[in-house]
Amino acid sequence: MEILEILLSENFWAAALRIATPLIFGVLGALICEKSGVLNLGIEGIFAAGAMAGWMAVWLGAGLWTGLLCAALTGAFFGLIHAILTVPLGLSQHVSGLGITMFATSVSYFTYRTALPQVSSPPRIEPFQPLDIPILSDIPFLGPVLFQQTAMTWLALFLVALVWWVYNRTPLGQALRAVGDNPNAVDAQGLSVYGLRMGAIVAGSACMALGGAFLTMSAFDAFFFGMVNGRGWICIALVIFASWRPGKALLGALLFGAFDAFQVRLQTEVGAFVPSQVFLMAPYILSILALVIVARRAEYPRALLTPWFKGQR
Amino acid sequence: MIRIEPREAPSRRLTIGVPVASALLALLLAAIPLTFAGANIVEAYQEMAKGIFGSMFAFTEMLTRATPLIFTGLAATLAFRAKLWNIGAEGQLYLGAMAAVIVGTGWVDGPPMLLIPMILIAGALAGALGMAGPAYLKTRFGADEVVTTLLLNFIILIFIQMMLEGPLKDPMGMGWPQSSPVVDNALLPQILPRMRLHYGLVIALVAAVIAHIMLSKSVWGLKLRAVGENAAAALHAGIGVKRTLMSAALISGALAGLAGVSEVAGLRGYLTTDLSPGYGYTGIVVAMLAGLSPLGVVIAALFIASVFVGADTMSRAMGVSSYLADLVVSMSLICVLIGGFIARFTIKMTPSNKKASATDSGAA
Repeated sequence: MEILEILLSENFWAAALRIATPLIFGVLGALICEKSGVLNLGIEGIFAAGAMAGWMAVWLGAGLWTGLLCAALTGAFFGLIHAILTVPLGLSQHVSGLGITMFATSVSYFTYRTALPQVSSPPRIEPFQPLDIPILSDIPFLGPVLFQQTAMTWLALFLVALVWWVYNRTPLGQALRAVGDNPNAVDAQGLSVYGLRMGAIVAGSACMALGGAFLTMSAFDAFFFGMVNGRGWICIALVIFASWRPGKALLGALLFGAFDAFQVRLQTEVGAFVPSQVFLMAPYILSILALVIVARRAEYPRALLTPWFKGQR
Repeated sequence: MIRIEPREAPSRRLTIGVPVASALLALLLAAIPLTFAGANIVEAYQEMAKGIFGSMFAFTEMLTRATPLIFTGLAATLAFRAKLWNIGAEGQLYLGAMAAVIVGTGWVDGPPMLLIPMILIAGALAGALGMAGPAYLKTRFGADEVVTTLLLNFIILIFIQMMLEGPLKDPMGMGWPQSSPVVDNALLPQILPRMRLHYGLVIALVAAVIAHIMLSKSVWGLKLRAVGENAAAALHAGIGVKRTLMSAALISGALAGLAGVSEVAGLRGYLTTDLSPGYGYTGIVVAMLAGLSPLGVVIAALFIASVFVGADTMSRAMGVSSYLADLVVSMSLICVLIGGFIARFTIKMTPSNKKASATDSGAA
């Protein structure tokens, strides 16, 4: 069977991991924000801002890692605006997040257009290259799948482990979880609810921006308008699917990547009979289905969407 | 000591003053990106004003641009009042436009008195259907409507693309992915000769008045507001929360669908996938600037349309990117959010606390 052939091929699994990488950053970012009790719908715009800022820094002559730092700082900046609006001011997390998405997207597009008026083909940078680790890369199957990815994929996997460790093994993680479940208890312990929540949003947003940066600095080598294309929203669905657990978030992103890689390959097989748009729609439909299946059982952080004010019980 | 305290009820002056101040502030903040772009700021604002008030044509263009924004602004207003986060107006707009094209491109024939109501109803139904799905998934499975409506926007746009390359493709369209033109009898007539402004605006204004009456004068409006303010209390008071949410969803979707009909049958004449430059999303900004009041939506839509049309003209004259308009629109949303906070709270200097803290420090 051709389908079996696809599933057993190493380049299919390598593609799945590659497609999953920006989503891993995005889901982790959304998880960090939501665990602290704040939904961050700014994600779609923060992806665009990260993609633009990282690319722009490198295009202006910075190194790739400096570019990544620029992307993360840009994400942190937009995260800080969202944090101020939703934490001390306690404004609607939905509307503020959408506002951040619109703001971050338009700032990125305006900056790009102002720096590069009327370019016919978008300028390119030298992106992250596959690592190609000696010996390990030559292992059959695992070599190409795991060890010929770019450094950003490894950074994403490292972040999953880091987030898991922080949330499950450190007092900081305990406080970050508690602030999204029971902020009054955190306050009673003498910890700052505002500080923890705002810190989480800023850190989560920086993480989201890295997902955007992957698009322009690893997956492609240029910036395009509309290149985020709903990836941020998919992350918001995936984090619910993952029940706010880092391990499950990785699994969700990988499943999604595998599905996307599969549909692209299926398209070449049956593309003559089925309109290509059916395949383009599939990832979004899959996200909705995943959401519907887990929605009732999802263990939401109990204080998600609930603003908390000092001195008000 | 400085304390932030909630106000009893925001005064009427504040409820109107805050959005106006926010909009003007956002417009002023545009000076920052204009400086970065190296433009002469005074000249840029002059060009923008010229683009709106410079001629009768410019002014009617602004009204034409405001028309879909009134519809999508109303769609967001009614849904948000029930705390139903319909972010899918963009997709519902396209569904409405598609329905208008299916009905209005020669499938049925008749006089305008018949065809125009038919495409309006078809578009409204299609839009309502587009929101019925997410509303059902929310009330039945508890699936978050924000995520479902956002993702549906992408699905619907790809679906429209598929239809325009398939069954809805214009056989005379030279291979372009566009629909056949809407027949003359189904087109919304122009209001003034030689101007693009069409009767879609009148329908939008009527819709705003009806929405206002329904929201503030009818039992349904009372229920809707009760559900939005406190769903648990509304349920306790015997209001059918799910029914109310579903009706709000359908009406919200229908209004977004009408935006699509109005654009196709009033302005473009045929359907393409670039019919809307994000009117569905901009409708959210319109609704928030309007303080979720249907009549306010009309004013807010005029402001946002002015920003777009003015920035377009300025952009053509001075070579500054027209993304400036999106920037101003998003900044006005953030400004009005902060303004809403200021209107709801008041900063008080309380002398009693000051005294207490003074004695505290004295004791220490």
